[in-house]
Amino acid sequence: MAYKIVKKRVLSSQVFLMEIEAPLVAKKAQPGQFIILRIDEYGERVPFTVADFDAEKGTVTIIVQVVGKTTQDLSKLEEGETILDFAGPLGLPTHLEGLKKVAVIGGGLGTAIAYPQAKKLHSLGAEVHAVLGFRDKTLIILENEMHNVSDKLIVTTDDGSNGIKGFVTDRLKELIDSGEKYDAVIAIGPLVMMRAVSNLTKEYGIKTIVSMNPVMIDGTGMCGGCRVVVGGETRFACVDGPDFDGHQIDWQAALNRQMMFKEHEKRACEEGHCRIGRGSHA
Amino acid sequence: MPNMSLKKTVMPEQAPNVRNKNFLEVATGYTEEMAREEAERCLNCKHKPCMEGCPVGVKIPEFIELIAKGDFEGAYQKIKETNALPAVCGRVCPQETQCEAKCVRAIKGESVAIGRLERFAADWHMKNVDEKIEKPLPNGKKVAVVGSGPSGLTCAGDLAKKGYDVTVFEAFHTAGGVLMYGIPEFRLPKEIVQKEIATLKDLGVKIKTNVIIGKTILIDELMDEYGFDAIYIGSGAGLPSFMGIEGESLNGVYSANEFLTRINLMKAYEFPNYDTPIYIGKNVAVLGGGNVAMDAARCAKRLGAENVYIVYRRGMDELPARAEEVHHAEEEGIIFKLLSNPTKIIGNEQGWVVGMECIQMQLGEPDESGRRRPVPQEGSEYVMDVETVIVAIGQTPNPLIKATTKGLETNKRGCIVADEATGATSLKGVYAGGDVVTGAATVILAMGAGKAAAEAIDNSLRSGE
Repeated sequence: MAYKIVKKRVLSSQVFLMEIEAPLVAKKAQPGQFIILRIDEYGERVPFTVADFDAEKGTVTIIVQVVGKTTQDLSKLEEGETILDFAGPLGLPTHLEGLKKVAVIGGGLGTAIAYPQAKKLHSLGAEVHAVLGFRDKTLIILENEMHNVSDKLIVTTDDGSNGIKGFVTDRLKELIDSGEKYDAVIAIGPLVMMRAVSNLTKEYGIKTIVSMNPVMIDGTGMCGGCRVVVGGETRFACVDGPDFDGHQIDWQAALNRQMMFKEHEKRACEEGHCRIGRGSHA
Repeated sequence: MPNMSLKKTVMPEQAPNVRNKNFLEVATGYTEEMAREEAERCLNCKHKPCMEGCPVGVKIPEFIELIAKGDFEGAYQKIKETNALPAVCGRVCPQETQCEAKCVRAIKGESVAIGRLERFAADWHMKNVDEKIEKPLPNGKKVAVVGSGPSGLTCAGDLAKKGYDVTVFEAFHTAGGVLMYGIPEFRLPKEIVQKEIATLKDLGVKIKTNVIIGKTILIDELMDEYGFDAIYIGSGAGLPSFMGIEGESLNGVYSANEFLTRINLMKAYEFPNYDTPIYIGKNVAVLGGGNVAMDAARCAKRLGAENVYIVYRRGMDELPARAEEVHHAEEEGIIFKLLSNPTKIIGNEQGWVVGMECIQMQLGEPDESGRRRPVPQEGSEYVMDVETVIVAIGQTPNPLIKATTKGLETNKRGCIVADEATGATSLKGVYAGGDVVTGAATVILAMGAGKAAAEAIDNSLRSGE
């Protein structure tokens, strides 16, 4: 059985959205969970966080940034084509119940993962302040969607090309200093950004949830590749997470582990190209 | 007159220094002549002691007699009566502690090479017979099998033969469980596993990949929404254990599961033709002394590592791996660092492994397991230069089903509690067997459990209980 791409939309120069037919996954998915896909027989198993889901239509949406071999290949697939394997939902859903006022921080592509959380919080009646950060204005995604589910939205760029310059941490600090009292901060984005947010909120003693997305194979606790050191203990992001307490994470270890297959990724992109068309996918 | 040679007919193998550079099968199998010659060694004992040693009750003297007569297909069909996966068992069963251990010929000399003969019959069948399997008449009852490893496949096959509508759910993208992700190609070619699975499909078994029971579908839902009359859980022991020592999160440290899955299931040894990468250092330490450790070490050698060490805290005699695997590993140049226990893994500033500290052990008094307890020798720490560390000290059952199934009793090791004879669990209609019940064990024990559960499920559903 293969999984059909029913919608593809380009969100920015490097980011696109795919809505994929996977009724069993769509029926169970919740914010914070992820899926694993394999494009074809030769493909790697790669995790993507669920960006949206529609149980009635039986579809799951993922948002993808082109960073390596699999994402490159994925970007070449069009509506109507299929993906060979698509499994999930995996990981624990984000625990959002009971939160009254939350700052949701999205860094770059992390915004795609922060969006379903903001949406769920909004639907639960929580006050949502969203702070989104991008490198420059061409990379901004989901601004309208986020606008619809938040009570306050700040979009900032590293280079100021959208008119607001600076990092998400600067904006979050301003909000906190201006007297906003958050039950929790949810920060999703690159490791360095999540680390910066966690360091900031630690000073203020605000509970902070981050979403980890390390290398993994099966996503069910089998490979142990997704080890994250949390509060001095080894946890598996796939079954114990992907959400963890940002104040407990060993960020240096996480940053190091991210480098494990960097050289291979380069080689795969250079030597392993042109797979689309050689294999078994429709 | 039987062949009274005291030794087994030798099975041809690739030379050690050739095979440790490729992933092709190590042993190449008997020819028809060799098989008949070996089959002649069987005394066809009336009391069939060998059969007592077989968890799935293969009719050993009968199939061997058929081989001796040259009726190879007959031999295969005889094995197939009780064993769903003969080509697999002929290769990976620890025959030396089961059927062959009970063989009368072993009293003086070597036992009959039952495993090799089983493999021969299965391979002969695959090569020469294009079998049209007739689907049994459906009996209208549905059974779900969770996990497509040896236990689940055996249970599924036995039930399908009795007319049940069987669906096997597999979390991975390919069926076969540990036969696909764990045991390497050079010991068990994946094509053979897939052929065995294809014969089950011909029997009518449906296989649904990419379905994680406990996540995608819950056990309760299989009963209530999907209308299954019974469930067999054979989800294995997939959760890797780590040592809990400093440095296990460094780059270059793998669980054996991750290392072997990348290689076997994802074909990382063909990177970049296949997308999944594997990193291997010049010097590799494999922690543990079981079959999984031997597999990991032999894979590391094949991927080009210069020095591959098995680091084990007891001695050579205590290695839990099959003697044949240890022997093959030694032949291929694996170095055994015995009576050594890792105390920490050392990393550089970028977080990569550069060494491992071990402490020398001494064997003391026997412990509860009957093996002599290793005792650390104070002040004997030394450092090994390694860039890759593979942790192969065991696996425990995956907690996903336990976490999402109310009322399913498990023990403190996370294993599902099930009746030894029937596989019945604390939940009505739910059975379990294999590694998820016993903790990591062997393929054939898992198959035996699947077989017993299939019979129990059949009895229960037929009596309408």
